Amino acid sequence: MGGPVARFSVRTVPAPERTAEPRYDLATRLASVELPNPVLTASGCAAAGRELQQFFDVAALGAVVTKSIMLEPRSGRATPRMAETPSGMLNSIGLQGPGIDAFLAHDLPWLHEHGARAVVSIAGGSVEEYAELAGRLRGAAGLAALEVNISCPNVANRGLVFACDAGAAAAVVSAVRARTAPGVPVFAKLSADVTDIVAIARACVDAGADGLSMINTLLGMALDLDTMRPVLAGVTGGLSGPAIKPVAVRCIWQVHAALPDVPIIGMGGVRSGLDALELMLAGACAVSVGTAVFGDPGAPVRVLRELREALSARGFGRAADAVGYAHRTDRTT
Amino acid sequence: MTEATSRPVQVHGEVLTTRRVGAYHHLSLVAPGIAEQTRPGQFVALAVGGPDTALLLRRAFSIYRVSSTGVYGGTVEIVFAARGPGTEWLARQQPHSPVDVVGPLGRPFALPREPVSATLVGGGYGSAPLFGLAETLRSRGSRVDFVLGAGSEQRLFGALDAKRMASTVAITTDDGSTGLRGRVTDVLAQVMERAGTDVVYACGPMAMLQAVSRVCADRGVTAQCAVEESMACGIGVCMTCVLPVRDEDGMTRMVRSCVEGPVFRGEAVRWEDVGTVPDDTYGAPAAAH
Ligand SMILES: Cc1cc2nc3c(=O)[nH]c(=O)nc-3n(C[C@H](O)[C@H](O)[C@H](O)COP(=O)(O)OP(=O)(O)OC[C@H]3O[C@@H](n4cnc5c(N)ncnc54)[C@H](O)[C@@H]3O)c2cc1C
Ligand SMILES: Cc1cc2nc3c(=O)[nH]c(=O)nc-3n(C[C@H](O)[C@H](O)[C@H](O)COP(=O)(O)O)c2cc1C
Ligand code: FES
Repeated sequence: MGGPVARFSVRTVPAPERTAEPRYDLATRLASVELPNPVLTASGCAAAGRELQQFFDVAALGAVVTKSIMLEPRSGRATPRMAETPSGMLNSIGLQGPGIDAFLAHDLPWLHEHGARAVVSIAGGSVEEYAELAGRLRGAAGLAALEVNISCPNVANRGLVFACDAGAAAAVVSAVRARTAPGVPVFAKLSADVTDIVAIARACVDAGADGLSMINTLLGMALDLDTMRPVLAGVTGGLSGPAIKPVAVRCIWQVHAALPDVPIIGMGGVRSGLDALELMLAGACAVSVGTAVFGDPGAPVRVLRELREALSARGFGRAADAVGYAHRTDRTT
Repeated sequence: MTEATSRPVQVHGEVLTTRRVGAYHHLSLVAPGIAEQTRPGQFVALAVGGPDTALLLRRAFSIYRVSSTGVYGGTVEIVFAARGPGTEWLARQQPHSPVDVVGPLGRPFALPREPVSATLVGGGYGSAPLFGLAETLRSRGSRVDFVLGAGSEQRLFGALDAKRMASTVAITTDDGSTGLRGRVTDVLAQVMERAGTDVVYACGPMAMLQAVSRVCADRGVTAQCAVEESMACGIGVCMTCVLPVRDEDGMTRMVRSCVEGPVFRGEAVRWEDVGTVPDDTYGAPAAAH
């Protein structure tokens, strides 16, 4: 790469901690696991880290949340799989992936070798499949936590999505918890497409979830006005991006108010450090950057840098102090 | 055939010049770090709409030409049709407008080790990546022939460039406004016959690539096709840009055209099945039962 002219600078990763800079304590906890900072990738928006490593050091993030992995290889759905919408996008990828064997052979070791902390997302069509995945991951090097993507159709119950049924969600969580090593926290990833997200959150926590991730994409749809048919081959798709941020803030707020001691990984529309701060003030102790990566591959490290500035500008010496700060009852400040 | 590897960078670029070319827009961008690494067939992904835009996704464009020397320290040129909000925004940019560029992306056209006879087939703006390729092939002693096609003369790109570089140039348009009325495949076999073609390089609409691949398969000639699939990230993380491609062992997989393409061997792509997941695809739902 040639030496960049001052005005046209090539973006590089900021040095992790320059000694001249004031130090902020960005560390955060996902239940029993401490992360150096609260900015993560979002499942399905960073593959397993390799591609993003071309743009920044993935070990500089709090953790890499990997694409939801299933037991078997999956081809995913037909194309078109994507439609851009105002400040958002719809996707219907259909969990394309290599299956747990290839993931354990290639992806997780790669993250571990590169010093990244991996939050591994798992997905299945039955309680047994989730349990089996947890069992396969037990003891794997580099595994920091599990994120259980329960926004999948339950084959045994006419395809009803686990995340939309407190009983089914709880069954998955307790099966995964039982098969996972005690030191590895299990986060249940919730869908906002439910009547009462707090009820589902409570069911997951009662079933043994150490924390919660929210929100997954919202079910949406777009029509092509030339063909006058659905844009997506899969007809409906998941809406993500800044368009859904207010829904994420609301969900995190409600769940944090009801379950203040449960750690939350927040996601939904984060594209700047201020967005990340908003989710933290609502109650998230860590924040995933998803769709923003597609428009800006350097987004996670930029969000981290901006978050650090936003926290210090508001006088937070520790990132942890901002978590849930918007819930305070003291009205004088 | 050899392949070079590159490592994409994200740079704050700037528009250097803009120009209308028939129905298209030509844009040159100062984007240091990209030109030096670019191989013919690769693309760039541009952020569109400005910092707080509602257009979240990058737009992919074939790299038409690069220059790594000169006072600006690396420029990249693209040719595009304004057809939606992103490309219309790009068409409105003026010299000095900032544009964030990621590139070079994707796998380039595979180049022959020995001098060969290469026939380059471009449809519409799809001809853009073929001129850099033609220069490279010629500098390695290969013969180059062009077949260019488009809907109309306005949408034909690069006929003059082609004439300057190639042994022969055949032109077709759907409406007959220039060249022969018809499709590139109406003349391709004849051109290949005359040129003794060893390899065909093609870029253009999917239907054209499918037809070109068929002509090549009938004659046992390799086709290198650059596809254009809808992309959300362009860097391999989202899985939106997939199409069914057979691997060396004959197994069909849904592969990402942004990182494993955009250039594929014509006979490897299951053109008739693009937009579907064939039942015998690795990991297809039907195979699971
Ligand atoms: C590898 C590659 C090379 C390309 N090279 C060129 C080129 O040299 N010149 C040129 O004019 N166009 C090229 N395209 C197509 C170009 O990317 C689209 O025309 C452009 O993204 C449309 O954006 P829009 O906002 O104007 O249209 P919209 O239709 O509003 O776009 C909406 C969304 O769909 C995506 N999209 C729509 N059409 C296409 C398409 N045909 N291909 C990929 N994504 C699409 C956009 O990226 C965007 O996310 C290329 C595409 C790819 C994948
Ligand atoms: C293309 C794409 C693929 C995704 N795949 C997954 C997935 O495999 N598992 C999962 O739990 N969430 C998946 N998600 C949801 C994201 O992890 C995230 O919850 C959601 O997109 C909201 O965050 P965002 O607005 O920052 O993208 C996906 C999202 C997108 C856009
Ligand atoms: S466009 Fe995202 S993987 Fe190819």
